[in-house]
Amino acid sequence: MAKLELRGVVKRFGQVTVCDGISLDVEKGQTVCLIGASGAGKSTLLRCINLLEPIEDGEIFLDGEDISVPGLDPQGVRARIGMVFQSYNLFPHMTALENVMLAPRRVHGKSRAQLLPEIEALFQSFDLGDRMHNYPDQLSGGQQQRVAIVRALAMHPEVILFDEITSALDPQLVGEVLDVLLKLKKQGMTMILATHEMGFARQAADKVCFLKDGQIIEEGAPKELFDAPKRAETKTFLARALK
Amino acid sequence: MANPNAAGSNVAGPNAAGMTRRERYEAQKRRRGMVVAAISTLFVVVALVVLVPMTPGWEKVQKSFFNGAVLAKSFPKLLEAFKINIMIFAWSAPAIAILGLLIALARDVKSPALFPLKIFGAVFTDVFRGVPVILTVYLIGFGIPGLGLPRPWNSPYIWGSLALILTYSAYVAEIFRSGIDSVHHSQRSAALSLGLSERQVMRDVVLPQAIRNVVPSQMNMLIALQKDVSLLSFIGPVEIFRQAGVFKSLLANFTPYVGAALIFLIVTIPATRYADYLMARQSRERR
Repeated sequence: MAKLELRGVVKRFGQVTVCDGISLDVEKGQTVCLIGASGAGKSTLLRCINLLEPIEDGEIFLDGEDISVPGLDPQGVRARIGMVFQSYNLFPHMTALENVMLAPRRVHGKSRAQLLPEIEALFQSFDLGDRMHNYPDQLSGGQQQRVAIVRALAMHPEVILFDEITSALDPQLVGEVLDVLLKLKKQGMTMILATHEMGFARQAADKVCFLKDGQIIEEGAPKELFDAPKRAETKTFLARALK
Repeated sequence: MANPNAAGSNVAGPNAAGMTRRERYEAQKRRRGMVVAAISTLFVVVALVVLVPMTPGWEKVQKSFFNGAVLAKSFPKLLEAFKINIMIFAWSAPAIAILGLLIALARDVKSPALFPLKIFGAVFTDVFRGVPVILTVYLIGFGIPGLGLPRPWNSPYIWGSLALILTYSAYVAEIFRSGIDSVHHSQRSAALSLGLSERQVMRDVVLPQAIRNVVPSQMNMLIALQKDVSLLSFIGPVEIFRQAGVFKSLLANFTPYVGAALIFLIVTIPATRYADYLMARQSRERR
């Protein structure tokens, strides 16, 4: 049984169909990269998986349990699926440490003292040990994004969704964030990334899916998809993206 | 003929005074601006000082509005009466902040069971923003004690303050609501994605930012409230405006009103400056 299973997921905004029957299996510990032009439906698909957007049709299974049942309380699911956003979305009125502690305190009911050793270790391991008490606007983009990743990790998620998390970063800061992803992969985290970093997708992904107009046009191991794409649309996209 | 060094320093580098070409230009512009501003201000002041006393009624106005002796006589009592304004302000302002926030939250509830609350919030803001403050003060200040309540429950202080609280809460609630709307929806997404409930997202993430965003606007409401406390004089309390009226009748002179205005300004000008400072700082931070 796959860790996460999408079956014919359809998402519409009014008349516009953004996800048009997407099916996808993600095994435990796998890294899946969603590539495709802006507007292809990558980000929306991630938001649907995290139940931030209700889906019109299809099912989403987490460990075989249908989490897309209308009326299901999304809170429990979201606590199990982490998400990191393109624009970091740290809470500006809290220090980095408070940002990370908020959800475990409120959702798991733990105290600051209980959490501190573990979270301190998390900050240390992502080279943020001396940044814990800084406010987001005192951090660089790369540091903010790493804090956002730590914030997601502190909830012990089973799956993490990354929504173009390097797109807002200067080129020299992209590397430090991608290193974090490689580290998580090594630790066996199940991850789905919407990304424009083709080099990273080729290096780290177990599976790459090319999306166009809300559909997965082609999917496969990075080697097959990048070196020998079968579909003409994939070829055109890659020719542009890898130029 | 031409000294290459001098030419070089003229074009780009700092000159003898350590100023670049741009800095010299800016300094000159600043100096010229200050001279022009000083001359035009002087001109206006002189015109006022010379022209106003030439009006036919000036002597009478001076005697009845700017009478030093009357001012000296009434000022201490006016200050004393102003304490009542401060008192009414001091208990109304926190009540307004709390009620305003509750109304703002009531208008945003999503649960169908709380739908009446939502309707109440909308009706409340419509009604109390739609009626002039003085009318609300009259209706509540005269109407409720008219029920024949025993002392102290017939006090105009209580019901007058309530009228202010209701009116101002309606405005303050709308400002809080605009503050809540001003928090970017991505903040909500991020908080929800962590597994927080709607209520936790509001309390821990949205409200703290929303309240911070509207502090300058709410400061302006406080300043307006400070002035409107005087409206309670119409239903009884002898606060500063009423006290000035007493002196006016007693001394047949309007100077006490000018004195009252001065006392208001002593409080409101620093508060206004502070609100402006907060707003300027906020717009700098947003940039």
